[in-house]
Amino acid sequence: MSQQTPVLQAKGLIKRFGRVTALDGADFELYPGEVLAVIGDNGAGKSSLIKALSGALVPDAGEIRMNGELVQFKNPMHARSLGIETVYQTLAVSPALGIADNLFLGRELRKPGILGSVFRMLDKAEMRRQATEQLSQLGLLTIQNINQAVETLSGGQRQGVAVARSAAFGSQVVILDEPTAALGVKESRRVLNLIRDVRDRGLPVVLISHNMPHVFEVADRIHIHRLGKRAAVITPDSHSMADAVGIMTGAVEVDAA
Amino acid sequence: MTEHTNQGSQPPSSQADHERVTESVGGSIAMRSDEVLDWPRRIHRFFHANPTAAPAIVLIAAVLAFSLIAGERFLTPFNLSLVLQQVTIIGALGVAQTLIIMTMGIDLSVGAIMVLSSVVMGRLAVDFGLPPSMALVLGLVCGAACGAINGTLVTRIKLPPFIVTLGTWNIFFSLNLWYSNSQTIRSQDIESIAPLLQWAGNSFTLFGARITFGSLMMIALVGLVWYALNWTAWGRHVYATGDDKDAAELAGIRTQRVLMSVYIVAGVICGLAAWLMIGRIGSVSPQVGTMSNLDSITAVVIGGTSLFGGRGSIVGTLIGALVVGIFRNGLALAGVDVLWQEFTVGLLILVAVGIDQWIRRASA
Ligand SMILES: Nc1ncnc2c1ncn2[C@@H]1O[C@H](COP(=O)(O)OP(=O)(O)O)[C@@H](O)[C@H]1O
Ligand SMILES: [Mg+2]
Repeated sequence: MSQQTPVLQAKGLIKRFGRVTALDGADFELYPGEVLAVIGDNGAGKSSLIKALSGALVPDAGEIRMNGELVQFKNPMHARSLGIETVYQTLAVSPALGIADNLFLGRELRKPGILGSVFRMLDKAEMRRQATEQLSQLGLLTIQNINQAVETLSGGQRQGVAVARSAAFGSQVVILDEPTAALGVKESRRVLNLIRDVRDRGLPVVLISHNMPHVFEVADRIHIHRLGKRAAVITPDSHSMADAVGIMTGAVEVDAA
Repeated sequence: MTEHTNQGSQPPSSQADHERVTESVGGSIAMRSDEVLDWPRRIHRFFHANPTAAPAIVLIAAVLAFSLIAGERFLTPFNLSLVLQQVTIIGALGVAQTLIIMTMGIDLSVGAIMVLSSVVMGRLAVDFGLPPSMALVLGLVCGAACGAINGTLVTRIKLPPFIVTLGTWNIFFSLNLWYSNSQTIRSQDIESIAPLLQWAGNSFTLFGARITFGSLMMIALVGLVWYALNWTAWGRHVYATGDDKDAAELAGIRTQRVLMSVYIVAGVICGLAAWLMIGRIGSVSPQVGTMSNLDSITAVVIGGTSLFGGRGSIVGTLIGALVVGIFRNGLALAGVDVLWQEFTVGLLILVAVGIDQWIRRASA
């Protein structure tokens, strides 16, 4: 594993919000084709870490590399253009817009020819077609009407739309922040399956979660975050859930990975 | 795979089969589970999916009602075209207002921008002898500049739109009094020196209806902005920004730029409304249009655009303006005192906001 170049890597990230140090020299590595879970207590800095890795937050110090090359994300748009797709904890979907609109939000397709270039006309039919295709590939076709407003969907379906969007456009990395936190058992299961589907399509996934059983079920490796930095990296085979909780809470001391 | 958007009872399996069929055939069959919805919910869904439906129903009902109440003078092409003329300026300002309100803002300065722009047009053409077309363009630029000031204060200084435009309303109105020396530019002077400025007042007769160019321009404006909102990426971004700004931002939309563009476009539309107003009243007066700030908001609200952003339509605003126009006209023809016209408009606003709340509630 470690001879491979990480798809996404961070070293010594620091981010302070006034007196709070959200990131305190955090390291991070994501390798090709894996599901990497990031776990940690509330306030450990998980969200801040993935925000830094997706351009939503500019760290005060530290470096980020993609496929070995140094990058500095200016904003989420920039990270996206480099192939990093993120589903934020606060779902970045627009409730009143339709499913297809949401999938293509910020990168709408225009009609070919003069209609698109001069009149800036959207190619709604094509966006609908691609959205339908994407959702059916991920087995989300119970979402019937691709124009249906997202707010009329259940929590799991919304999460599905957000994941589908990231899977459709992410070429390098898909990051999911607490995707199952607000979901019921059945809906969580579906999202976990989605995560596997995305990985099986060759996209590495970063999964931030609180939920130990979920993490141990889908993750290939587990990054444990504590007090703004990485405390350890374990695998579901090498450690038990109790070990993970121990490291997370500081009850178990480990050498920093 | 059998998850349903309605949280009601589990539909029978025959329906699930039916769904699977429609799925493979059509792909985008709407509201498949309507059969199991009760009536209030179906109505709710309908209004939720069609924001212009409620104002349109009110408009049709109002026309029918006044045809009965106000006598045969009401339902004539001439009278209805008169209503259209009366709502032309509010309709245009309403378009600008809709854009702003859709982004969860409010613009109290639209009327002041319009009057200031009209004074700029009139003064430059009549007093300074600029070519009328140039005066017109500079009037529009004035509108754009006013919009840019509002936009800058909202996006850069991050002041609430209500406060910003409350301030600029007064500022623009004072500038207007200063620049016009509080004097009206007479219609005859404009007619002889800059007839272009009165162009929107030209009209033709069609089946007894008197249609002004200004009314047609306003309708064209509605069409243009409707297109921009529904068929361009910019429009999607305006909706998304108003709907949930943070979500739009995380989806990669530069929401501050979108907001700025909305305020500038609104300013230009106010400039356009200035041109329509000169066409309608002939002269340029620094004192007119002072009520139009609030009237434009009324049209937007009655037109079904939500004051909470992200939901609404330009066509609805036109309908909203027409509803107000029809009520005023119909009540006047029925011999009802003006004060009851205002009373009725007030009721309409409250009903419209109530309906909006109901539509927003319990979205699923
Ligand atoms: N935008 C912000 N402004 C101020 N403090 C913040 C901000 N974002 C996060 N923090 C603080 O940084 C710490 C880490 O937060 P976060 O990254 O959200 O942790 P987690 O996702 O692991 O719960 C917390 O103490 C939180 O209050
Ligand atoms: Mg978090």
